[in-house]
Amino acid sequence: MQNRTRAIRWQEMVTPLVAVILALAIGAGFILFVGENPLAAYKILFVESFGSLRNLATTLQRATPLMFTGMAVAFGYRAGLFNIGAEGQLYIGAFAAAWVGFTFTGLPRLIHLPLAIVGGMLGGALWGSIPGYLKAKLGVHEVINTIMLNFVALYLTDWLATGPFHGGSWVPETARIKATAALTRLYPPTRLSTGLFLALLAALAVYLVLWKTKQGYELRAVGLNPHAAEYGGINVAKNTILAMAISGALAGLAGTEQILGLHNRFIVRFSADLGFMGIAVALLGKNHPFGVILAAILFGALQTGSAAMDRLTAVPRELITIIQALIIFFVAAEYLIRRILRMKEGA
Amino acid sequence: MDKVLEMRGITKQFPRVLANDQVDFDLNHGEIHALVGENGSGKSTLMNILYGLYQSDSGEIFVRGKKVNINEPRVAIDLRIGMVFQHFMLVEPLTVAENIVLGSELRKGPFLDTRRAIQEVEELSNRYGLKIDPRAKIADLSVGLQQRVEILKALYRGAEILILDEPTAVLTPQEVEDLFKVLLALKEQGTSIVFITHKIKEVLAVSDRVSVLRRGRKVGTKATSDTNEQDLAEMMVGRVVLLNVEKEPAQPGAEVLRIEKLSVKDQFGQEKVRSLDLNVRSGEVLGIAGVEGNGQSELVEAIAGLQKTAGGRIFLGEQEITNWSPLKIKEAGFGLVPEDRHRRGLVLDYSVADNLILGLHGKQPFVRRSMWRDDKAVYANAEHVIEAYDIRPPVANQPARSLSGGNQQKIVVGREFTQNPRLLICAQPTRGVDVGAIEFIHQQVIAQRDQGAAVLLVSAELDEILSLSDRIAVMYNGQIVSVMSADEVTEHKLGFLMLGGRLEDYEAHEVSGNAKQD
Repeated sequence: MQNRTRAIRWQEMVTPLVAVILALAIGAGFILFVGENPLAAYKILFVESFGSLRNLATTLQRATPLMFTGMAVAFGYRAGLFNIGAEGQLYIGAFAAAWVGFTFTGLPRLIHLPLAIVGGMLGGALWGSIPGYLKAKLGVHEVINTIMLNFVALYLTDWLATGPFHGGSWVPETARIKATAALTRLYPPTRLSTGLFLALLAALAVYLVLWKTKQGYELRAVGLNPHAAEYGGINVAKNTILAMAISGALAGLAGTEQILGLHNRFIVRFSADLGFMGIAVALLGKNHPFGVILAAILFGALQTGSAAMDRLTAVPRELITIIQALIIFFVAAEYLIRRILRMKEGA
Repeated sequence: MDKVLEMRGITKQFPRVLANDQVDFDLNHGEIHALVGENGSGKSTLMNILYGLYQSDSGEIFVRGKKVNINEPRVAIDLRIGMVFQHFMLVEPLTVAENIVLGSELRKGPFLDTRRAIQEVEELSNRYGLKIDPRAKIADLSVGLQQRVEILKALYRGAEILILDEPTAVLTPQEVEDLFKVLLALKEQGTSIVFITHKIKEVLAVSDRVSVLRRGRKVGTKATSDTNEQDLAEMMVGRVVLLNVEKEPAQPGAEVLRIEKLSVKDQFGQEKVRSLDLNVRSGEVLGIAGVEGNGQSELVEAIAGLQKTAGGRIFLGEQEITNWSPLKIKEAGFGLVPEDRHRRGLVLDYSVADNLILGLHGKQPFVRRSMWRDDKAVYANAEHVIEAYDIRPPVANQPARSLSGGNQQKIVVGREFTQNPRLLICAQPTRGVDVGAIEFIHQQVIAQRDQGAAVLLVSAELDEILSLSDRIAVMYNGQIVSVMSADEVTEHKLGFLMLGGRLEDYEAHEVSGNAKQD
């Protein structure tokens, strides 16, 4: 009985691991192609991302927003929703957090910081619940609406940060947030902040909600079989809206962390696809909060190490993008990997 | 007698099960050989190997004395073997004739020679006495006639050995009788038939010999005349089976369910339940007989609150529950075994334990402080129900998906029955369930009745309706056309009413029929 459970968990890990190994192997081919030694290049990649405390801190700092957006996508997925709108929810959450950060003055840190975090969560939750509501009440597919709302969020925050809330400098950004709303830097001069703890806390909370509460039972049931959920007395519409709101809140937290921990102001289009990367992170993390944490760290490490690899070898940093794409490809092609593994077993 | 077919020592290993283990099977010229066994006993696998859809791991096949290697259906067809599947492979918008010649079309230049196709199909249908209109569109035909098209398709390709995989599963009783007539006629003309089924009565009605499989092994082959219902059931299940439900006369009490002028529309706005009246009392089983699609599903879903009503009222005891939420209805003392356990009854990827609390997941003792799940209580409940309802394998944290159909159904039945509801609806409670599990579920239904539940049983299986019900209502075209006491009903009479006949007509017909015999 116990063995069975463990076997299933172990199997869950196989595909992501094999996918990463296969992607690195193919990446090695590209490295050979530009005339470098793959082992040497990968060594640089590893040392630069994990080799010292400072490098590790940078890796974690890059991973933190991906943990949030990955969890946002994973949470939606568990409730049967494909949230492509993490990017937009991230912008709205970021702007809300920034607004709380620069608007209120004279608040003690103990109040101001939590207020800004809650503001960011609510912003994301609001933006996420719009497509949730439309799906629940009108049956409009969430993929369409979340994609469209991404653009709305982008242009809305463009306007807010260059119009009514422009900071007055020549760059398109808002005023700085007050120091009382900023997250604490953990290991200067790296930019790793206490946002990391927030992400780990969020992962734990997501795990508990999904698997240890009545609400989580309902959310997952709706995701796996809405007809059976309805038969079991579960309100499918309510759970759909709630799932999108929580998913949006997690994406909003990604933006919040970036503003309060890194940029300290809202900068127009600061995200560079953190929300979309969340889809890849969720996929690699098998839509489990702890898996998402690991996947985000891997992606953070690849980004951190790629700069050094670019600098020290003839391998261009775009290789990392290729490897990331290959990882996603292989995870998505799970069926293929299982077949390869089975063939090996047979031989 | 000459053997047209012999399979020797067929073994087939699937990743997790040994589907066929050294199975021998043979077929004589012009006989009907029934192949029976519970779900998962390997009947279909064996025949799929014969038809070339699977390859056996070991074993030999001889057709008309010659050793053959059937590695694809084309080879089987060339050997004059035809197979009719449970799920038809017909092109719905095309006509009967077009479907029958599909794949070996007669051409006139680049065009299909429709006229000759129709002519040939007509000849074929006359030769075998299988009446059909070659110009009719498949989509307009009843299931029984569609099956006839499948049989003609096989015959058109020259089949002398015909395999029918559970052909009666989709048919009404009258259609089953027609099918049997067809099979006997084909036999007369020299066709050899393998008839796969898990219904023992059908074996006895139509076959010459019968082979029983259990868990991939052949238990035995007997001449049908040398065996009986009890004997076959025991061979299939491997132990003594009680075929007839033993029950005391019902002691009906107060009215528990009352339905007044209920109307329900489907998603296309079609009225599926039309001003229906019905009542069920405590301590009785009311069976609803009817051909599927006559509004039974909509009726059940409306009572359960899963579908909005378009008119009328539903009472549970004294309370009106019309259009209440499913949860509120459940909490008023309602249990439902839904007709489709995969769609409604189970979250297949949830564990057995989690499925056993579906609908109870928000209640004591499964929730602490109105929010946290109590895993201990969830598993304690699972252990209890698994034992009481003999769910196998008895593993609470295994996904429901990995259990057999019968055991999945026991999860649903166990969950609903252990709540001791006042009103219990069982819709197709034994569909796709093994003989052994059927026996068990039937006993549990009667136990619920004896404890005072009002049971509404909806089933397409007439045997089930007849053996469990105290009263029988026939549903046709969205209405209850007749409610009778179970002892004044015969299978024949029910079949007549289910197809839209009127009771007066039936009685008149019976009287005149009997008069003629006298």
